[in-house]
Amino acid sequence: MPVNYYIFVSIALFCIGVIGVLTRRNAIIVFMCIELMLNAVNLLLVAFSKMHHLIDVTRDGTAGIDGQLFVFFIMVVAAAEVSVGLAIIVMMYRNTHSVDINFLNRLKH
Amino acid sequence: MSQLVFLVPLFPLLGFLINGLLRKQLSKPATGFIGSGVILASFVVSVILFLDVKAGKTGVVELFDFISFGKVQIPFAFQVDQLSSLFLLIITGVGFLIHLYSTAYMQEEEEQHFARYFSYLNLFVFSMLLLVLGANYVIMFIGWEGVGLCSYLLIGFWFKNNDYNNAANKAFVMNRIGDLGFLLAVFYLIAKVGSVTYSEVFTHAPELSTSTITIITLLLFVGATGKSAQIPLYTWLPDAMAGPTPVSALIHAATMVTAGIYMIARSNILYTMAPVSQSVVAIIGLATAVLAATIALKQNDIKKVLAYSTVSQLGYMFLGLGVGAYTGAVFHVMTHAFFKALLFLGAGSVIHAMHHEQDIRYMGGLKKYLPVTHITFLMGCIAIAGIPPFSGFFSKDEILAAAYESNKIYWVIGVLTAGMTAFYMFRLYATTFLGKFRGTHEQEHHLHESPAAMTIPLVVLAVLAVIGGFIGVPEVLKGVFFGLDHKLELFLNPIFKASYDSPQWRQAHHEVNHSTELMLMGVSVTLAVIAIVYAVNRFSKKPDLQEADGFGKVLANKWYADEFYDAIVVKPLGAFGKFLDNVIEKSGIDWIVNGVGRSVQYGSRQLRLLQSGQVGSYVLLMIAGMIILFVLQFFLKK
Repeated sequence: MPVNYYIFVSIALFCIGVIGVLTRRNAIIVFMCIELMLNAVNLLLVAFSKMHHLIDVTRDGTAGIDGQLFVFFIMVVAAAEVSVGLAIIVMMYRNTHSVDINFLNRLKH
Repeated sequence: MSQLVFLVPLFPLLGFLINGLLRKQLSKPATGFIGSGVILASFVVSVILFLDVKAGKTGVVELFDFISFGKVQIPFAFQVDQLSSLFLLIITGVGFLIHLYSTAYMQEEEEQHFARYFSYLNLFVFSMLLLVLGANYVIMFIGWEGVGLCSYLLIGFWFKNNDYNNAANKAFVMNRIGDLGFLLAVFYLIAKVGSVTYSEVFTHAPELSTSTITIITLLLFVGATGKSAQIPLYTWLPDAMAGPTPVSALIHAATMVTAGIYMIARSNILYTMAPVSQSVVAIIGLATAVLAATIALKQNDIKKVLAYSTVSQLGYMFLGLGVGAYTGAVFHVMTHAFFKALLFLGAGSVIHAMHHEQDIRYMGGLKKYLPVTHITFLMGCIAIAGIPPFSGFFSKDEILAAAYESNKIYWVIGVLTAGMTAFYMFRLYATTFLGKFRGTHEQEHHLHESPAAMTIPLVVLAVLAVIGGFIGVPEVLKGVFFGLDHKLELFLNPIFKASYDSPQWRQAHHEVNHSTELMLMGVSVTLAVIAIVYAVNRFSKKPDLQEADGFGKVLANKWYADEFYDAIVVKPLGAFGKFLDNVIEKSGIDWIVNGVGRSVQYGSRQLRLLQSGQVGSYVLLMIAGMIILFVLQFFLKK
């Protein structure tokens, strides 16, 4: 399968994620979109890693599967980040009884 | 020996610093001693220098490099020659007598004001000495400005009186207007000759075109009109009488006002080469002499009469310079310093006795109360009237003879002015000293002769005014006065030699033959004697008490010159200033400056709205920035 298809899908996912972060009001939805962005990047990494591996095998090279390994790291980081983020959202809910991000404009002062 | 020349201005400078800085700590006797002592020290050194110069040892003493840029060198150098050493004697000699007089006259002041007075006076002498000692026009200009400053400080000495402050301002501003002319001349000299040192300028002068020299000399003369109170910049001098009387004697009679004459005498070769400028100098000098004499006829303040008399006599000196009688003009500077300082100090003595009354209509008959003052004042009046063998006769007649030989009309007007001089001086004398006392009984009780510190200078100056003329006996009278030569002419010859030898001189000047000169002397002396007899007769019996009317009113109001200047110069400048202030300053410049502030405030208010506190908009902006960076990165790397 030509690698372009993977790139297009990845870009589409990333853009959907970005737009979601910018426009959605619910904090949990914003989080899901952040996850979307991370996963789009994962997809891209895996696709390119496979592409390099396939090219290399026919030439008898030593391209490894580093990209795919990196994806694991990203997933770990994403998990950690989600746990911390959800904890913050819970605190936010406890204080303001809503998960609307527009309520948190204390930075204005 | 001329190495000692730096001491001459140094002593008064030290006096200025000591009296000025320690003015609250010094006692009056100490201040007077320091103030007068330094001038006496300078006088002693001046005498030594004079004797050296007389023996032929002249020279330029360079102290240090002052200004140098490119090929133009302006060292801080002093020139010791006949002209400067003569002026040194006059300045320090008469200056010392006036300092001595001041120790008694200014006794009523508090210690710190007394010391302030002496420090200003010393600073003045220092500046004047710089002026005459300088070896180039720039050092002269330093002294020129300095004397203007000290004149301002001393006229406004009693600074609590606003009228006096205005008079001081007037003097300074008018001086400054003249100084602009002087500066322009200096700049033009640097541009054309590349130097301002006297020796270099005078040797290179023949290379310049006549029009260049005319411009330079006219500009220098503008400076002289400001400093030496000629038309049109003379109106400050009568107002300067607001200062203490010794100040009027020193600054406005003997020294500062003679700076212009010194400058022109120093630059005589330039003036000889520019006959147009000489005519201008002569005509303005003559016009000023006549104008001031007419005004003096109707003044009632003892100092104002003397002030206008000074302006008039300065006019004579400029007339002398303008017709080529350089020695005569310098001679008149000397004799005028003697008798005018004498007259002013005598007036001060009278004012002191009359408890600061200056109006001669309230005086009269002071002869028996103030004998020394009376005799010395009379000597001064005879000298200024030009009666032989007193000093004024010799110097004034030398100028008049040269005027006759240049243009008969100059002589006619000059003689008439001399007649007026004799008349108004003896009007002053008779109204003040003869007749009956017209003051109050209170004043009459307090009338007494002044203390010795005041009368001794009067006596010394009177002696000088009487015998001072004998250094300048003209050839025609040699037989009468025991075979004396014109010593001054011989002494000053090296200074004016270049002028006498130049082609323009021989073209324009001829000797006056002896019989003509005798006749001229006869006419002027006769006219003076008639004026004196008439004035004394009239004013001792019936003093001029009523308010002037008709033409007399015009004279008493100084031909309305001040009002004229007010309307033509002061009011338009004031209106212009107000316009600049209201329109350009407030609406224009202030608007721009405040506008900058206002726009910054507006901008900041608008920018503040960016900080909404909404995290969402922050993220949006962050992403927008990143996109822009990526795009730039992409397209610029290509």
